[in-house]
Order: sequence, then C-alpha cells, then structure tokens
Amino acid sequence: MRIFNFDEQLIPLDEWIQTFVDWLVLNYREFFQIIKVPVEISLEGLEWIFFNLPPWLTIAAFAYAAWRYAGKRVTVFTVLTFLLIGYLGLWEDTMTTLAMVICSVIFCAVAGIPLGILAGRSDRFEMLMRPFLDAMQTTPAFVYLIPVVMLFSIGTVSGILATIVFALPPIIRLTSLGIRQVHPELIEAALAFGATSRQVLFKVQFPLALPSIMAGLNQTLMMALSMVVIAALIGAGGLGNPVVQGLNTLEIGLATIGGLSIVLLAMVLDRITQGFGKK
Amino acid sequence: MAEEVKLKVQNLYKIFGPQPKKAMKLLSQGLTKDEIFKQTETTVGVQDASFNIHTGEIFVIMGLSGSGKSTMVRMLNRLIEPTAGQVFIDGEDIVGMNNEQLVKMRRAKMSMVFQSFALMPHMTVLQNAAFGLEMDGVDKETRETRALEALEQVGLDAWAQSMPAELSGGMQQRVGLARGLAVDPDILLMDEAFSALDPLIRTEMQDELLKLQSKSKRTIVFISHDLDEAMRIGDRIAIMEGGRVVQVGTPEEILQNPADEYVQAFFRGVDPTNILTAGDIATDKQTTIIITEGKNPRAALQRLITQDRDYGYVLDSERIFKGIVSPDSLRELIDDSDQKQLIQNAFIADVGIANSTDSMQDILPDVASHPWALPILSDAGEYVGAVSKNLFLRTLHREQYDDQSETEQSSNGAV
Repeated sequence: MRIFNFDEQLIPLDEWIQTFVDWLVLNYREFFQIIKVPVEISLEGLEWIFFNLPPWLTIAAFAYAAWRYAGKRVTVFTVLTFLLIGYLGLWEDTMTTLAMVICSVIFCAVAGIPLGILAGRSDRFEMLMRPFLDAMQTTPAFVYLIPVVMLFSIGTVSGILATIVFALPPIIRLTSLGIRQVHPELIEAALAFGATSRQVLFKVQFPLALPSIMAGLNQTLMMALSMVVIAALIGAGGLGNPVVQGLNTLEIGLATIGGLSIVLLAMVLDRITQGFGKK
Repeated sequence: MAEEVKLKVQNLYKIFGPQPKKAMKLLSQGLTKDEIFKQTETTVGVQDASFNIHTGEIFVIMGLSGSGKSTMVRMLNRLIEPTAGQVFIDGEDIVGMNNEQLVKMRRAKMSMVFQSFALMPHMTVLQNAAFGLEMDGVDKETRETRALEALEQVGLDAWAQSMPAELSGGMQQRVGLARGLAVDPDILLMDEAFSALDPLIRTEMQDELLKLQSKSKRTIVFISHDLDEAMRIGDRIAIMEGGRVVQVGTPEEILQNPADEYVQAFFRGVDPTNILTAGDIATDKQTTIIITEGKNPRAALQRLITQDRDYGYVLDSERIFKGIVSPDSLRELIDDSDQKQLIQNAFIADVGIANSTDSMQDILPDVASHPWALPILSDAGEYVGAVSKNLFLRTLHREQYDDQSETEQSSNGAV
C-alpha cells in the first residue's frame, strides 16, 4: 500500500527557480551591475594601495600592527610569513587576496554591525533574521556562484559578493550576542538616570558589546579567507589562482604553496585581529 | 499627617504574563493570586498598592523575596510599566507621561542605587559618578566637578580615576551612591542597595546614609528584606506580602500594633528594647500621680495617702517636670518646721530622668536601680509619663509572647 506517490507527482521547484533567475537576468541585469559599483570602487582603491606600496612598507605596516596588538612573537611570525610569500613568488596574488578580503570585511562590517544591533535589541528581528543567516552559512557556495556570475559577470567583484554572502553571518550573530550579553541591570541603571534609547545604545550597549563585535569581525575575516579558492573559480584572482590552476593541471606543488600561503596569511590576520578586541 | 506628600501611589497594580486584563478582572472578582496563576499563568506582582511618601523621609518598603517590593520600586520610575493605577510625583501622574516627559522627569527628579551596584564596567569611577549628568547633557567640566564632589561625600575622591572592578564591593556601592547623589535628585530610590554587602560594611553604609540624610534631607525610598535595616534607617516602613502592602507606619507603630499575623511573625525575632523608646511605653496613668507645683505639702501628702501611692510626680502649670515626692519626704518636711513649707523642699534627690527618644535599652539601668517609676521627659522637659519596672517587664513580655496569648494582648491593649 502506498500513501505518498513520490514518483508520480513532483513539485517542479527547480524549474520555477530556473525561470525566475532567467527572468531576473533578462530584466534586471543592469540593476545588479549598478550594485557592483561601490564594491568595485572600494576594491580598486584597496588594490591601488597594496600594489603601489613597496613590499618593505607593507611588511613594516603589518609588523607594527602585530607588535601593537599581538606581541613580539606574532610580529616575528608576521615578518617571516610575508618574506616567505615574497620568495615563493606569490606577492602579487597575496596583495590581491588582501585587497579582496579587506574589502569584503569592510562591507560585512558596514552591513553586519547595524543588522546585529537591530537583532540584539529586537527578538522579532532576530527571529526573522535567523533563517537567512542559516541559509547564508550552509548553502554550498557553488549553488549561488552561477547566479552571481549571471547577474554580476565573472571577476574579482563577483568573488567579493559571493564572499560577503558567506562571511556576513558571524558578525551579525556576534554583534547581536554582544548586545544581548550586556547585563540588564546596566540598562536599567542607564534608563533610571534618564538615558534615551539612543544613549543606552551608544553609551552602554555598544561599548560593552565591542569585544564580542571584534570577535565577530575576526570570524568574518577568517570566513572571507576561506572563500578565496572558491572565488578564484569565478575569476576572482589572488591566492586562489595557484590553487585552482594547480588542481586543473595536477601540479601538486603549485597548489600546495598557494594553500600554504593562504593558511599562513590567515594565521597572521587572525592573531592581529584577535588583539583588537582585547585592547 | 501635615507633612508634604512627595510621592503618592494610588491603587497600583502590576500583572506579569500573557493575560493581564483577564487577571485584573479575576482580581476584582476576589480571586487570590494563586488561583489566578492556575487559571491564566499570569502572575500578580503588585496588587492594589496605595501609600504616600513624605518629603525628606526615609521610606522603607520591606518584604521577603517575591513580595513585589522590587517591582514596586521600579514602577516608581517606570522601569516597569504599571498595569493599572497611578504614581504621582509632586502631584504629577507619571504613569500617563510619554517617553520624552518620562526621560525628563527621571533626569530632573530621581536617581537609583542598585543591589548589584550596576556600575558601568567600561567607565572610570569618575565617569560612573558623572553618568546621570552626562545623560542630561551637562558639559564635561561641570559634570566632572559635580561628580567629584559626590565622590568626596562618600569618601572616594581619591579613586576617581580607577575602574570599578578595582574596588571592593563596599567601595563600588559608594560609587553607586555617589552616582545617585551627583544629579542632586529629590528622590533617591535604593533597591536593596546594601544587601549584597557583608554585615559590617552594611552597617557602615547605613550610618553613611543617615549621615548624608542629616546634612541634606532627600526623599529616600529604600527597599529591603532585612528588618533590622528597615528599623534602623526607616522613618516609616511599608510591609509587603504577596504583592500587597499590608501595613504602613513608623517602626514603633508596626511593632506595637502589627496589622496581621504575617507582620507579627516578621517582627518575632526583633528585640523590642532596641526599637521601642521610653516615650513609646511610658504611661502617665495608673502608676503615677501628678501634683502641681503650687500645692502645699500637706495637701500633697493627703492625696498620696488617699490614692495609695508611694510616689508623686511634681509638674508646673506647663507640665514641665520638677521632681518626685514620697509620703516619707513630705512628712519629713512637714515635721521640720525650720524649713519653708514649699513642695520643692520635699523633692527626692537624684531621681534620674530619661528622654522620650531613649531606647528601652538605654533606660534599663535607671529603671532597675530606682524604686520609683523613671520619669520620661520630652526634649522641652515636659513630662511624658513614667516607666516602672513592672511596665518595662510587661512590655518585654508582650513583645515576646504576643502571638501565643491572645488574652494577654487584649488586656494589655487597654493600658
């Protein structure tokens, strides 16, 4: 006896989506091309900086940040990492990746911190937000790579947009968490002394949530770095390139030095940004 | 009372949970808190509370946890929205205020001290003390000057640049107090402000508060679960039980006439000799006889003998106490014809007197060491009454065994 006829009656959701995306591309491609513009401008600016700065100055700047926020050992590690990357011949790819990652993180922070604050202050907004965040974090990147390419065409900007989708949730979640973790008595105290809702946010909630927001920023950065290889599949360039190229041509050595550089860069950036929240 | 009403609470209700309207209806039908919770899963926090708080008094709201006292104090500045009823501050109903008016009122009239201190951990002691002024938009220089003054008042000006976490609990609460004082509020709300401190520090802080209060009279609403604390600092006390205000009065009034068994049980552990004053228990009837100053000694002796009294208390026409006479001292004077026959020549030496505000404990040695009842005088020297050994012991007995013998209570009630 059969109750559900899974073979006979199917929901053609796949076809609907196909139709919808085709329609979107046909009618709104120009609109999406305009969305690209702010990302494009920011990226070009960052790339200009990283490509025009002499390597020694870039290394010095990162070394200073490491020394300031993470201590001596991380400083030494940072300098060695950048030197190694340079001598592996991956300096330019690394600069492209840095520009991409930093650009993604800036957009994530600009969008994510306000959204996180809203979610932190409103249960309803948090509820509304949660399924979207889950989807953004778990949907395999390959699923949305194709529509992204169709709407935004291939290139670094599309890579950044795909990266933002994946890297945005942690900063929203941790900002919300940070706001929610502020002790309710502190809010009461502020209100009792005649604080407005705005004053409660800027004088109490935000400063006290800052360590958590910084942890969110750090996580967003890590997620953005982990997207480098996938972004390279849609022509984003950077350190993902040698990895993808190595895989295509079975050059294991090339893929490995690309991967190694990503890991080392991730460690450097992680240690430095972890220090942000503490100081 | 003739005193000025600063804060008036009228038929105030707070109902927590999903169905406040239904709960209000059930309450008006006379259902109890527990029955309402069973029917609606709605909790009655405060039920029909009404009382007045006078300008310049320390008003203690006392009750066990769950009695609704913390909810009550938070409705006074609307940190918790009342479900029904009114709160008037200087005659203005704050329940009807919009957000803007409410913020203004909080800034202008009140501040609060919290049980858990609730200091901002990211701000220095000085910034914390200046917090209320900062919210009010006072410029940095002025607010820091005033915050420093407030810190001086609590003896912490040397710690202005420290972070709260570097201070001990007692010191942190001093900062909390300074934060409350810096805005110079009319009304200071103190929610179990000293409960988190160890007993020694707590007493110290209570003294500090009383000292500050003696310098500049504020209206203080103090929440406490500690009876000793309430007795010590409260000018008047409201006792809450299960969301209701069961009694409001001075500590003495409540101790002498508890409204119900709950209040009585609350006070069972209290040592009455600390709370009751000589004036509270002194009586000018039965044990003593009053003789006016001009009376001649013979007439006085006659009165003492006919009334069968061992001692007579001599007052002038203004009821100012002059001295004590006995039949023996009067006879001695009458027999001694060399002396002027004035009643003051028959006064017993070193009779001992007590002020009506002295506690029972203070007067115990004098009561015990003299055969006559100890005369109790007001500050102006007026005779209030006298306390005999018998009366003293009866008072002690009544306070301690009140709940056990109903008959004794009623017979004493007539005294």
